[in-house]
Amino acid sequence: MKILVAVKRVIDYNVKIRVKADHSDVDLTNVKMAMNPFCEIAVEEAVRLKEKGVATEVVAVTVGPKAAQEQLRTALALGADRAIHIETDERAESLAVAKLLAKVVEEEQPGLVILGKQAIDTDNNQTGQMLAALTGLPQGTFASEVAVDGDKVNVTREIDGGLQTIALTLPAIVTTDLRLNEPRYAKLPDIMKAKKKPLDVKTPADYGVEVASKVSLLKVESPAERKGGVKVASVDELIDKLKNEAKVL
Amino acid sequence: MSILVLADLHEGQLAGATAHVVAAAQAIGGDIDVLVAGEGVQAAAEAAAKLDGVSRVRVADNAVYAHQLAEPMGALLVEMAGDYTHVLASASTTGKNVLPRLAALKDVSQLSDVIGVESADTFLRPIYAGNAIATVKSDDTLKVITIRPTGFDAVGASGSATIEAVDVVVDNSQSSFVKEELAKSDRPELGGAKVVISGGRGMGNGENFKLLDGIADKLGAAIGASRAAVDAGFVPNDMQVGQTGKIVAPDLYIAVGISGAIQHLAGMKDSKVIVAINKDDEAPIFQVADYGLVGDLFEILPELESKL
Repeated sequence: MKILVAVKRVIDYNVKIRVKADHSDVDLTNVKMAMNPFCEIAVEEAVRLKEKGVATEVVAVTVGPKAAQEQLRTALALGADRAIHIETDERAESLAVAKLLAKVVEEEQPGLVILGKQAIDTDNNQTGQMLAALTGLPQGTFASEVAVDGDKVNVTREIDGGLQTIALTLPAIVTTDLRLNEPRYAKLPDIMKAKKKPLDVKTPADYGVEVASKVSLLKVESPAERKGGVKVASVDELIDKLKNEAKVL
Repeated sequence: MSILVLADLHEGQLAGATAHVVAAAQAIGGDIDVLVAGEGVQAAAEAAAKLDGVSRVRVADNAVYAHQLAEPMGALLVEMAGDYTHVLASASTTGKNVLPRLAALKDVSQLSDVIGVESADTFLRPIYAGNAIATVKSDDTLKVITIRPTGFDAVGASGSATIEAVDVVVDNSQSSFVKEELAKSDRPELGGAKVVISGGRGMGNGENFKLLDGIADKLGAAIGASRAAVDAGFVPNDMQVGQTGKIVAPDLYIAVGISGAIQHLAGMKDSKVIVAINKDDEAPIFQVADYGLVGDLFEILPELESKL
């Protein structure tokens, strides 16, 4: 079985973001970029399925600017076999990405597609579900366990209030939650080897997909800062403040 | 304008989040219908009919919608969306699972986690884990939106909407329900509780979370946890408050042994009053707390419980 895994280049999760002075967007100049953490989990899961002999090939795909090839090379270093870069400098929203991925699914015919549940920049949490809808394949989102069993896959999902397990026919779309696995670090020899693995470059036009969206970003602002309050000296003072000042008890 | 709100269900009952989503629908303005879909959901439909501002509750009660699996729910919404300008759901795991399917099949974008309404086509939503707020305008003919419940005050329950059955039945041969393991608790749901008390890595182990029980009982509070406490295996993930867990905004939030990582703050900083109890007086949590108490939580918690 072939596994297609989608990755996204985002601001590194450790970086404190700054809003541009003109409020047009978040400032990404000279900011450290990395693979979206949920996508790392997706790559790890695909590679583990290959190591277990469930998958025969892992193909990584991304939609983004030229520099996004760094994240594809990371995926290759982590164990993906080859990569597809759909290059665009436009702000590609979830729907456009899902349409492009649907074309790749049509071409590659994977048995399983694994994506992160959301990217930590736009926090949309949409692409996997949209891809499932467009391809007509079943979806298992927010996965904390993926068990392939013949022509089915059981996906345990993190839902509000607990866990839900569903069974899906293959091929299927899975999106990863945090506890699915702990991604490995790429070793230096693997990083060197990754440079020689095949990486195809395409454009949205090659797939006949229009990237522009009908949603426009009017402005971006910093959230209202919460001011720190006071330190209290004792439990008695705390209870007194909560009763008489904050009036929440 | 006409708005369809997909009701959130919790074990077959109407979840509290729905009243917040209806409030968001009121902010947009127009006729508001609520769709209750599931199996054996008559009681949920009756509860939805009481929500203020709702003109009609449409009920799709069929085995195929049991557990609100994504494929049949998406197909049902596609069938119904033609009557509406906006389709809203709560940004719960069900809303997030189902609504993007509707958007994709109608070839429109989705706006996720909306926390404010500027007009019928312009909305506020957090990006970068709430570290920036984006104002976005949608020119799509159908607006598909998930609502973050904490962004809107719940509507009251003194209404009397009409209840109508929906006879749309779809096929689903691709996905099936296997099992659910839901945390059983007599306490209020984290997302809707007026008081939340959360423990972090400073709790030391899962056993020590019992120190929060007595206080939670006295305050009628839900118990939460930081991601560090979940990752350390102290408590299950459904207790997690933060960007990667639940977003809460109670009247009172008590953070115990929580340092205040950005990812945790993103999940609770809209609480009305924040109390932090931590032995490290430099902990970042004190920068957002209205009241900070520096000290050993193992001494403070029993004292707090006895004095409340």
